[in-house]
Amino acid sequence: MKMRKKFMATALGLGFAVSLSVSAMASDTIKIGVAGPHSGDLASYGLPSVNAAKIVVDKINKAGGINGKQLELLVEDTVCKPEIATNTATKLVSEGAQVVLGGICSGATKAALPIFNDAGILVMSPSATNPALTQSGEYPNFFRTIAPDDAQAKLDVDFATDTLGYKKIAVIHDKGDYGKGFAEFAKQFIEEGGKAEVVLFEGVTPGGVDYSAIVQKIKKSGAETVIFGGYHPEASKIISMMKKKRLDVTFISDDGVKDQTFIKVAGENAEGAYASGPQDNSTNPLSIAAIEEHKTTFNADPGAFYENAYSAMLAMTNAIAKAGSTDLAALKAALESEKVDTPVGKISFDAKGDAIGVGFSVYQVKDGVFTELK
Amino acid sequence: MLMDFDYFRELFFSGLTRGAIYALIALGYTMVYGIIGLINFAHGEIYMIGAFTAFIAATIFSILGFPALAIIILAGVCAVIWSASYGYTIEKIAYKPLRHAPRLSPLISAIGMSIFLQNYVLLAQTSDFLPFPALIPDFDFMEPYAHIVGSTDVVILATTTVIMIILTFIIKYTKVGKAMRATAQDRTMATLVGINVNRIISATFIIGSSLAAVGGLLIASHIGQINFYIGFIAGIKAFTAAVLGGIGSIPGAVLGSVILGLTESFATGYVSSDYEDVFAFSLLVLILIFKPSGILGKADNQKV
Repeated sequence: MKMRKKFMATALGLGFAVSLSVSAMASDTIKIGVAGPHSGDLASYGLPSVNAAKIVVDKINKAGGINGKQLELLVEDTVCKPEIATNTATKLVSEGAQVVLGGICSGATKAALPIFNDAGILVMSPSATNPALTQSGEYPNFFRTIAPDDAQAKLDVDFATDTLGYKKIAVIHDKGDYGKGFAEFAKQFIEEGGKAEVVLFEGVTPGGVDYSAIVQKIKKSGAETVIFGGYHPEASKIISMMKKKRLDVTFISDDGVKDQTFIKVAGENAEGAYASGPQDNSTNPLSIAAIEEHKTTFNADPGAFYENAYSAMLAMTNAIAKAGSTDLAALKAALESEKVDTPVGKISFDAKGDAIGVGFSVYQVKDGVFTELK
Repeated sequence: MLMDFDYFRELFFSGLTRGAIYALIALGYTMVYGIIGLINFAHGEIYMIGAFTAFIAATIFSILGFPALAIIILAGVCAVIWSASYGYTIEKIAYKPLRHAPRLSPLISAIGMSIFLQNYVLLAQTSDFLPFPALIPDFDFMEPYAHIVGSTDVVILATTTVIMIILTFIIKYTKVGKAMRATAQDRTMATLVGINVNRIISATFIIGSSLAAVGGLLIASHIGQINFYIGFIAGIKAFTAAVLGGIGSIPGAVLGSVILGLTESFATGYVSSDYEDVFAFSLLVLILIFKPSGILGKADNQKV
């Protein structure tokens, strides 16, 4: 008896879902799914994107919608867990989402992408940085408005070999996930580029009391520069030890080092060091305006990835307007050809789905502050 | 293959400095163990507190316009007094009430003390890394050798050597030293012949903590940064060095530290710094297999 009731309920539910999706097709709204962690540990990464989506959708709807159609948001929680993200994806597809903002965490995004892809739905993430999401080519429906993890390593390597013209590079890391990942990408790019040689690739133990042995080894390797993957405490120890051992080579690092504490602790030794970090958007009028809108709407400062999400919404809505539909192929073509002004800069997308014009800049320590090199 | 002698020399001094750094902390571990058979896990934190005290004192004295030499001496004195009083208090609070408890209890108490002190400094001071002033200046006469061995390296090496000699002298030839040795051998018997065991144990903690404070000052000045967590990693390495040399033995702690420092340095230089710890701890395992009490340690079945 119970079984039959359950079956009936499921059947009814299914019928309901089907009728819903049919009505969605027929309705005059464009449905935008927002998937991300809206509860749990990582909610602070997901909720700012929901706010960004609400602000952009409100603005567009007030201005008359896109091609006469109003926008509607379908907000669904993934908790950043792959197993839940697949359910969320199925739900969004059945509810008739036509494009999706999201996937905040790389793992959950990866799990959900095939489901969206099968349904021909465009997905744009403000924060999933795993390189494979775009570079593997497995997810043709995936775009993002944040630079992938390896973009920093690529930028730093190009800077060392092209701008500074170094031929011998020592790559040092702190054995951690972040630092070692960065260092491995750097090594790979140096070797693929063929313009320079990795003369040393080693990890140091974080928290060590003395880094003179590794500094002597860098000296012996004949490196012209050190590319360091890791955080500022080790970076300031290494750069200070280099000066102590009279080793005069440049120091290039990542955004774990682009922190004012690095300069405070290493003092004069930090002068002239390079570090990459996210592009400075603080003078971009669109970014200032987007933050202002958030403050007036929600009476609070925006959180993580807010500007990336805001930009993704602008890019997607612009593509829908230009393509005149939410068909995946038409949207892709529009995203690749159209340049959009967004809070993270003037962006378009490459064929793999990464935003062109979003990314990292190289900064140099000059007179005790990180100065962006243009 | 011809050895690159310059490179060898650079690595050698690098290892020696590192060994001397470990030794400054290891001496405190080994003294306490020698007297009461307790591994004082809070010792690394005493070193950290010494570094923080020296930092605060040095900042105050340099604002007051004291000359460089006076700053380093005064900061050192402040650090020693402050750390020694911490060492004394810790022993009274955390170890003395447990003196007749099973051996595991004071050990847990020591770990608890270590965590407490870390979090106390974290809350009372800061979680940030602080730039430690270069209290030891770059000596002009060292400049030709600076690429091999720097001024701070020399000061650390010299201090460690002097401290080891003084300690050995105290323990071998003074009355306190004699009482310490007696306490180490048999606490009940020492009490019976009129030694104030409590006072001797306090003295041990005060001396050990003072050494840690000197270490805190010199090492922080060498590295140039401090935070609340520096005591943990340095403490673990120093403890390893003390075990390597034979815990309870003063020359053993220094020898063990130097061997550990050199091993790490040569492993980094000739193999890879990725395997620095692998080599260091493989050596420890090997030595303990063949000589379970450490290189200079006395076999003492009762205590193990």
